[in-house]
Amino acid sequence: MPLNKAFEGREFAAAPPYEVTAESIREFADAIGDRNPLYRDEAAAKEAGYEAIIAPPTYLTKLNFIYSAEMMLDPNLGLNYALVVHGEQEYEYRRPVKAGDVLIATPKIAAITAKGRNELLVTEAVIRTADGEQVAVARSTIVSRGTAPQEG
Amino acid sequence: MGARIAAKDLTQGQELPSWSYRVVREDLVRYANASGDGNPIHQNEEFAKSVGLPDVIAHGMHTMGRMGEYVTDWAGDPGAVERFKTRFSAMVVVPAQGGNTVTVAGTVAEKLEGDRVRLDLVATTQDGASVAKGEAIVALA
Repeated sequence: MPLNKAFEGREFAAAPPYEVTAESIREFADAIGDRNPLYRDEAAAKEAGYEAIIAPPTYLTKLNFIYSAEMMLDPNLGLNYALVVHGEQEYEYRRPVKAGDVLIATPKIAAITAKGRNELLVTEAVIRTADGEQVAVARSTIVSRGTAPQEG
Repeated sequence: MGARIAAKDLTQGQELPSWSYRVVREDLVRYANASGDGNPIHQNEEFAKSVGLPDVIAHGMHTMGRMGEYVTDWAGDPGAVERFKTRFSAMVVVPAQGGNTVTVAGTVAEKLEGDRVRLDLVATTQDGASVAKGEAIVALA
């Protein structure tokens, strides 16, 4: 079953605020094996000119599981999770995420396109602090295997 | 802080030193817990095989995370990364015995205005398969 093209361009309500803790940054950095002291030592982060411990660039993937659920699970979109693969991920950063940030992601479905037998679902989320400062934009391309409309 | 690499010292086409890491099953369990991606294809061999995969596979975002480390360690400042994109082209298969070894290599693809560069990145597994291609725009000194 092809995805529902009517969802292209659809914006979704902002996700619940996500509070970035120093512990969660350290845990994430440990999980990717990144020993950078800026991710775990407040004194090192301050010495480097940051207000607090900062997060690795891909830490924002944690938010993805919060804001994409509503989009992906909408039964009218027709996405079968068993057929899904992560095709591409892109981030644009205004500044690094830091401990103490309260982040709010506003997601949308940017595009739904067919590519061969597969469909590509592009989601885009603008990530701002609770004060409205834009921190990053996250773009994900999800491959829906074998669901492209059949020609002829 | 700022980057420790100066843009003026780089030339277009220049290759950066490559870097390798080993990934084993325990890394994927830790990554699943820290990232919130609990998909069993990354942890459970029986499940992974039941959905047609050769074995447990690494999370794409685990690979991208390690590629990010390659870029931030090279630049000297995680805050120097303005844009970071990765396309996942093949699976990183992680067998119970020995895991897999991934090599990340980078090239200065383009010098941009304002002491910024665009790097092309590629991650390759030990059998020579290219598993991810990335691109990063980094503000340098």
